[in-house]
Amino acid sequence: MDTTVKTKWTLNQVLLLALFTVFAVFSLFPIVTLTIASFKPAQELMRFGLNLKIDPDLFSLKNYTYLFSGESLYLTWYKNSIVITAIYTALCLFISSMIGYGLAVYKFPLRNLTFTLVLITMMVPLEIIMLPLYKLSISLQLIDSIWGVILPFIAAPLPIFFFRQYAGGLPKDFLDAARVDGCTEFGIFVRIMMPLMAPAFSSMAILQALFCWNNFLWPLIVLRTNEQLTIPIGLSTLLTPYGNNFDMLISGAVLAIVPILIVFLFFQKYFIEGMTAGGVKG
Amino acid sequence: MTDSALETAANTEAKRKAKRSGILYSQKFAPYYFVFPFLVSFAVFFAYPVLSAINMSFQEVLPGQVKYIGLDNYKDLWNATFLKAILNSTKYTIYTIVILIPVPLVLAVFLHSKRMIAKNFFRSTLFIPALTSVVVAGTVFRLAFGELEGSLMNSFVMWLGFEKQRWLGNGALAMSTLVILAAWRWIGINLLYFMAGLQNIPKELYESAEIDGASTWNKFSRITIPLLRPITIYVFTISIYGGYSMFTESYMLWNGNRSPNDIGLTIVGYLYRNGLEQNNLGLGSAVGFALLLITFVITIGQLKLFGMFRKEE
Repeated sequence: MDTTVKTKWTLNQVLLLALFTVFAVFSLFPIVTLTIASFKPAQELMRFGLNLKIDPDLFSLKNYTYLFSGESLYLTWYKNSIVITAIYTALCLFISSMIGYGLAVYKFPLRNLTFTLVLITMMVPLEIIMLPLYKLSISLQLIDSIWGVILPFIAAPLPIFFFRQYAGGLPKDFLDAARVDGCTEFGIFVRIMMPLMAPAFSSMAILQALFCWNNFLWPLIVLRTNEQLTIPIGLSTLLTPYGNNFDMLISGAVLAIVPILIVFLFFQKYFIEGMTAGGVKG
Repeated sequence: MTDSALETAANTEAKRKAKRSGILYSQKFAPYYFVFPFLVSFAVFFAYPVLSAINMSFQEVLPGQVKYIGLDNYKDLWNATFLKAILNSTKYTIYTIVILIPVPLVLAVFLHSKRMIAKNFFRSTLFIPALTSVVVAGTVFRLAFGELEGSLMNSFVMWLGFEKQRWLGNGALAMSTLVILAAWRWIGINLLYFMAGLQNIPKELYESAEIDGASTWNKFSRITIPLLRPITIYVFTISIYGGYSMFTESYMLWNGNRSPNDIGLTIVGYLYRNGLEQNNLGLGSAVGFALLLITFVITIGQLKLFGMFRKEE
């Protein structure tokens, strides 16, 4: 009797394991093939298509050395992506946490209205305001500058929402103690509440940095000259109606994933908290 | 307490009050400077663009001159290309929802069960595609779904005994490529949402159901599904928005939005083509509002269907 029950569970486990293995392979397969292809010359790809064939004779680092040579702009794009992601993430977190905190901690007449406005910006897709925003960026001379990519989105609704939730759950006793000690309201936020919100900062930092690193549509519209592009936009310019530069595209795509993958492996917990922040609320 | 002690206390209190009377100490003013950046950003980068989009959608915007043309832009939307774009976006949204709600939900239930091993490994592995940008994902998929005999998908279908296909050249196959790409990138994300939802279901419910002799199927259909309703509605809603505003995927698969016979053209693709490439900002703005209207109506309909507006008992 006991043994049959035991085997039954083991069988279920095996089936589950098989099912998840299929999905895991499906998830990793494209990335693995892309990595393999990045070591082959592009003519090979053009002739035989993207495949898993590993032929040591064809393997070389040529595609990668080209990226790092002076002939390609890839390193410039990489640098632009790092700069934009760093500035955007820092500003967005600082400003959004301030706003979320203000909404959570103080009762004031405009509170509900402001929060409703936050929710409205969350619900209207960017695509609708894209054209006027583009016109506005031209008048504000933000076109082709990193500020054009960054500024319109630093007061981001999702982080505001998340920080509001988080700050609302923090104990308020500290606040009055700090006030008695003569701390300014802003000082309370910077010196006491920000450190208390550290976990929320980690989750949102990762989420916003990922969003910014991979962001496509808006930077595609704002950035113009080749030297200003970020990695995704730069890579997309390699595909043209007159021919595609797959040598650079594939190795460039592989290198674009590497930093995110490293961060993900080390900070998975924060990724998961940040991702589910929008969905699970009381 | 002696009188003098009381006096000193009162003194320090008065001093503190004096020190704290400035605007920086006022709890009445504080919230306004905290939310001020949002109000500025909202006014400049949201409210103004929305109003100006409404305005532009009634205009013919030509370089140097702007003319009001009433509803003409909206009337112009009634054309075969735009209808095709709406149809493509709608199909894409439906197919992605049909796959990306049940599959991750069931996987989440399995992954949540006590008997599953290597939970974290699978959760992380399935999430990895979500880390890639659409540009990277699009690059892989356009190559894997290439028309060459040796490309991944063709070797796969030929191994199954079918003919090689032109995946990106035929309407139905192009749509499947887009849907497979979406499934690849989103299963891990929706899985996380459903797992977070499962964590909120009290274990006692299952325990008491087991005492009452409920089968696994009963527990799934009577406890898990109903209690996952809020998260399912959330996933449904973001899928509608995501589906209808899809653009980059199609931009990457067909060299910047140029699919044969517009088989991959989406609503936003149409907006991009007319508004930015052909600089017809008026028509582009009208497309934007058509998109807003479609997503809004469908979302409200969906929320009504799920009984979101019913009062919770």
